[in-house]
Amino acid sequence: MSSTRLLVNGTTHEVVCDPDTPLLYVLRNDLGLLGAKFGCGLGLCGACNVLVDGHPVHSCDTPVWSVAGREVTTVEGLGSDGRPHPLQEAFVEQQALQCGYCTAGMLVTCAALLEREPQVDEAGVRRALDGNLCRCGSHNRIVRAVLGARTPAR
Amino acid sequence: MTAQAGPSLAANPRLDRWLRIEPDGRVVVRSGKVELGQGVLTALAQIVAEELDVAPARVQMLPATTDGSPDESYTAGSLSVQHSGSALRAVCAQVRALHLTAAAERLAVPAAHLTIADGDICAPDGRRTSYWELEVPLDRDVEAGDAKSSADYAVVGRSMPRLDVPDKVAGRPRFLHDLRPVGMLYGRVVRPPSRGAVLVSVDETAASRVPGVVAVVRDGSFLGVVAEREENALRALAALRAGCVWKEEDSLPDERDLTGFLVAAPSEETVLQDTDSDDPPPAARTVRARFSRPYLAHASLAPSCGLAVWEAEQLSVWSHSQGIYKLRTAISRSVGLAPEQVVVQHVEGAGCYGHNAADDAAFDAVLLARSVPGRPVQVVWTREDELSWGPFGPAMVVDIEVDTDAAGRVQRWRHDVFSNGHTSRPGPPTAPLLAATHVEAAETAMAAGDPPLHNGGGSGRNAVPLYEFPRQLVRAHRLTTMPLRTSAMRALGAHVNVFAIESVVDELAGLAGVDPVDYRLELLGDERARAVLQAAAERAGWGRDPGPDAGLGVGLARYKNRGAWCAVVAEVEAQASVRVRRLTIAVDVGLVVNPDGVVNQIEGGALQAVSWTTKEQVRFDARTVTSRTWEDYPILTFSEAPPVDVVVLDRPGEPALGAGEASMGPTAAAIGNALFAATGVRVQTLPLTAATVVAAMG
Repeated sequence: MSSTRLLVNGTTHEVVCDPDTPLLYVLRNDLGLLGAKFGCGLGLCGACNVLVDGHPVHSCDTPVWSVAGREVTTVEGLGSDGRPHPLQEAFVEQQALQCGYCTAGMLVTCAALLEREPQVDEAGVRRALDGNLCRCGSHNRIVRAVLGARTPAR
Repeated sequence: MTAQAGPSLAANPRLDRWLRIEPDGRVVVRSGKVELGQGVLTALAQIVAEELDVAPARVQMLPATTDGSPDESYTAGSLSVQHSGSALRAVCAQVRALHLTAAAERLAVPAAHLTIADGDICAPDGRRTSYWELEVPLDRDVEAGDAKSSADYAVVGRSMPRLDVPDKVAGRPRFLHDLRPVGMLYGRVVRPPSRGAVLVSVDETAASRVPGVVAVVRDGSFLGVVAEREENALRALAALRAGCVWKEEDSLPDERDLTGFLVAAPSEETVLQDTDSDDPPPAARTVRARFSRPYLAHASLAPSCGLAVWEAEQLSVWSHSQGIYKLRTAISRSVGLAPEQVVVQHVEGAGCYGHNAADDAAFDAVLLARSVPGRPVQVVWTREDELSWGPFGPAMVVDIEVDTDAAGRVQRWRHDVFSNGHTSRPGPPTAPLLAATHVEAAETAMAAGDPPLHNGGGSGRNAVPLYEFPRQLVRAHRLTTMPLRTSAMRALGAHVNVFAIESVVDELAGLAGVDPVDYRLELLGDERARAVLQAAAERAGWGRDPGPDAGLGVGLARYKNRGAWCAVVAEVEAQASVRVRRLTIAVDVGLVVNPDGVVNQIEGGALQAVSWTTKEQVRFDARTVTSRTWEDYPILTFSEAPPVDVVVLDRPGEPALGAGEASMGPTAAAIGNALFAATGVRVQTLPLTAATVVAAMG
């Protein structure tokens, strides 16, 4: 057991746990941020995705020590000043989910994608989401939502 | 429209069992149906808002609980809108009428002169009262009465946004996995390494030394651990597993000859239809074909979860089960409590697509929580257990044999389906929860059963063709031995039966030299079947050239032969792999409650069927299931998901039908037929992969 200092969604937290504890469990069980989900524990489905310094990582197999001092963003932190992220609005607009268990992972993955590639095309969105599994068959709605959330080209 | 009672209302006739009118302006509704990610609670809220004339925002749908909800059995079979919707429609129509009567009395105006707008009841002279003020008692049984005409619908028929979407998009806790009651502990279960394995001994030393381990629970071959922190529960799980000695033996059939096993295993035959004759005319040609699919996994994105707490002699359970009352029956029987001592409440899980491990996980939590009275225990299955220990959609074989005359007209049609049964849902003693088969006082699971055809059938679902051929003999052979536990998976037998029938119909069209769509239209008397087929063909540009190495194929069915009609046109490309390029679907679900909800269910079903049909296969060796991760059991990815275009034929005057399972069979069939159009090879073994195409060529 030791103490780890974490910066999550702009807030600093001290958590006391084994430093090898997966980030996912710290987020969900210590910080009460329940948006990221456990799906497989092997980094194969994307349900647990969060951003670390702006890049999507599988929080299920990321030990908490490795993100000390880095900036962690979860689905709860995507919006700002109480306003939802454009992707969150687009997901509602497109009703881009059925059960919604994969949604948080999709949102953070795509937030990083749009940051990196604001004018990404459909094939690029699909490629970026190939590591995120959806079992309900909402794929096309999700892709439409992401395309709809792009910043209009100037 | 006269309100139809239906089974849900017959079993739960009291009005206040279904809803309460709250003085603060809310309508609080308890359906016995549960949200599985299919959006049903939104559709039911629309029906309530419509019938009561209140804004949808006033309707609050409570989660189902055995402590207060009507018992509507399982949420399954695409029946929720039919059963719960019709019940709520009748209940609300009467509640509305009772309030009109009470308002008429209070305002001294004939009820016929009153109008209702968002719960406000107004007299022609402007005086008013409301649902929220009248306090009309609802402690009475529903009576037959008139519900609104669909011509007057303002809320039903609109694409109302789903009630649960805002929370899910914001990451707010909504899932059972997200519940964190005070004092909650984390439980994990060590599953046996193989089917039938017996736990000989376990060294608990290492597991007990993991910090925060509160209990190690062993009962026969059931073994689990409870810890203060989740990561420590997982560490203890690994330590326990390492300390186990198991006695194992071979028990599974040869995966390479699964088809041979299914047709040779002991089975019980049911004749589903027999219009055959002893003296059929001589056949000019006989077409024979054998179709098969492997076992399929439900493969929910969330491993199953259960939460339970024992307090004195009272047991509370939270589950994402499809049937909370049946689960209560199973749990109370297994732990020796009276049903009244057990409360099961539904909390959402991920989509389950049928009977997955939800109920089993609940029972795991019950067994572990018994060792820590007063403290809630949450069990989450591992991904590996979810893919290998949950019930599977049965492997199936369909043999079809057709005699035709010289002109290619069908003279005789025979269909034999071989399968394990499609339901071992909990409730009856013959279908124990998984852990109940591992404990010392083990319960024995019987081979899964099949619902009778008048309830939709199981193995035989959609085995009776939509076409009326002369001399039909349709039989189901349900296995009476069950090497791998099977149970309900979306569409049940319809997936393979429709794939088989529609493949053969395409063959017959080819032999007759007639276009497959025209051939079907010649055979079809059912106007609504013709309409969806024509709509899908037209929308897809049937007849166009899809280019080299590609083909178009069509599939058609009426789900359960009495539910929704669905036609699918698939465009498939077959080069190095089988790729579905596009699906065009027309569907008739009668009255449409939520158009976007219907489209979402139809396209979701179709994409899942693309995954089943082109990718999925449960793998196993002589002892155990070996497809245990997403690498061994891959499902459809974003790059593989084709665009899906859905046309909904609105039939406002017709009863509403379920949409969740209608597209699976026709999608599989359309893909198979398109693959044939692309390659000239009729692939009859699922999944339709490059490997099975090559095998079919050989």
